[in-house]
Amino acid sequence: MAQPTVNTWEEFMEGVWRQNPVFVMVLGMCPTLAVTVSAMNALSMGVATTFVLICSCALVSLTRRFTPKEVRIAVYIVIIATFVTAVDYAIQAISLALYDALGAFIQLIVVNCIILGRAEAHAAKNPPLPAMINAAGMGLGFTIGLLALGTVREIFGAGSLFGFTLFGEGFQPWVVMVLPPGGFFVLGSWLLLFAALERRKQRKLAEVQGAPKNV
Amino acid sequence: MSAETLVPDTTPTVAMIRTLGLISAICGLIIVGAYQFTYDAVQENKRIAVERGVFKVIPQARSIVEYFALPDGKLEKVGAGGTASAGSAANTGTASTGSLKFYAGYDDSGQLAGIAAEGAAKGYADYVRILFAFDPAKNSVSGFSVVSARETPGIGDKITKDKDFLANFPLEAKLSADATALAHEIKTVKHGSKTNPWEVDAISGATITSRAVGKAINETAQALLPRIAPHLDQMKEK
Repeated sequence: MAQPTVNTWEEFMEGVWRQNPVFVMVLGMCPTLAVTVSAMNALSMGVATTFVLICSCALVSLTRRFTPKEVRIAVYIVIIATFVTAVDYAIQAISLALYDALGAFIQLIVVNCIILGRAEAHAAKNPPLPAMINAAGMGLGFTIGLLALGTVREIFGAGSLFGFTLFGEGFQPWVVMVLPPGGFFVLGSWLLLFAALERRKQRKLAEVQGAPKNV
Repeated sequence: MSAETLVPDTTPTVAMIRTLGLISAICGLIIVGAYQFTYDAVQENKRIAVERGVFKVIPQARSIVEYFALPDGKLEKVGAGGTASAGSAANTGTASTGSLKFYAGYDDSGQLAGIAAEGAAKGYADYVRILFAFDPAKNSVSGFSVVSARETPGIGDKITKDKDFLANFPLEAKLSADATALAHEIKTVKHGSKTNPWEVDAISGATITSRAVGKAINETAQALLPRIAPHLDQMKEK
């Protein structure tokens, strides 16, 4: 982490896997639970957030040298709100149906802690290119997280994926999955899975390291 | 640089204002740019959404004319459905208070096929906004579609699918003798107890949503139909 030469791939994968905002850092839960009733909504929300993340990190990074630290939070918020507004208009122009489905959660990207967190913790201390790469990784990680919830909830709750029906006539939708509690069930299951994987990895690591040391 | 690190808390006020001003200027430019760039597409999308909704509730309609029913009883035509000119766009945005918007749908031969208007009432989760069609020839509400609703999937959203509920339409919406209100208030009644043609038979288990539909239609019809009635003859043809 502390080495001066930044490995681009490492920087990118940081957000996608090791520090995944949904599964590892558990950030941005509000849109994660609310808009993931279908895979399409999840994907759109992820893409919108990624766009805001990359653009605001680029601008924060570009202006970092002449931003006095007393007003930095105000500056970040203004920058983030700007790109959220742009995304808001863009989604209205692309599809009103999608705009209605995502509802207030587009505007609420402003207060998504992933973005403010990235601006403060990374973009403010790094040149534009690494900042954007890191932001892209985080955005992709967030999108993957949303999709993981959205696909599961859509398959069980509506019997379809990206709007295409998967099962025959006899399928009885598991309605609770597209209701708010379903979001918690699915998120909980994914977190359980990731925690189990992490524990197994650490146990293996301990075995490998532990054997020669004879602890 | 070194001086700054020695005395860290002396950022001049001017520097803070300068940065905030500069950032705000850049952000302002970006927002205005995005707004200008997407304006046409957004307006077009909104128009298509309205048209699609109106065509759905008035299946025979081929073209739409948008009106405002003003509080003084006059009607005001808004841009003729086609490309919105600057004037009509301004009209759409700044409807005077108390005026009601509605759409007149005309069929192939230019005859009035029906009138569509939006109504809203509180449902189980949020406001249920619907677009319903009024058939002036039969003095009845011929059907409705949902504009936006957050009702429980599988329960409240039955209003668009439940066969018994859809059998409520056509629903009588006749004006009273003095033409100031409906002769009979449109009312939602408990499932299975509908006796009059102006009553809405609720879906058992989704009474609150059913009631919202009835209330939304009633409120809009009570306010709008008396205003439209005197103009119906001149609206008959396009």
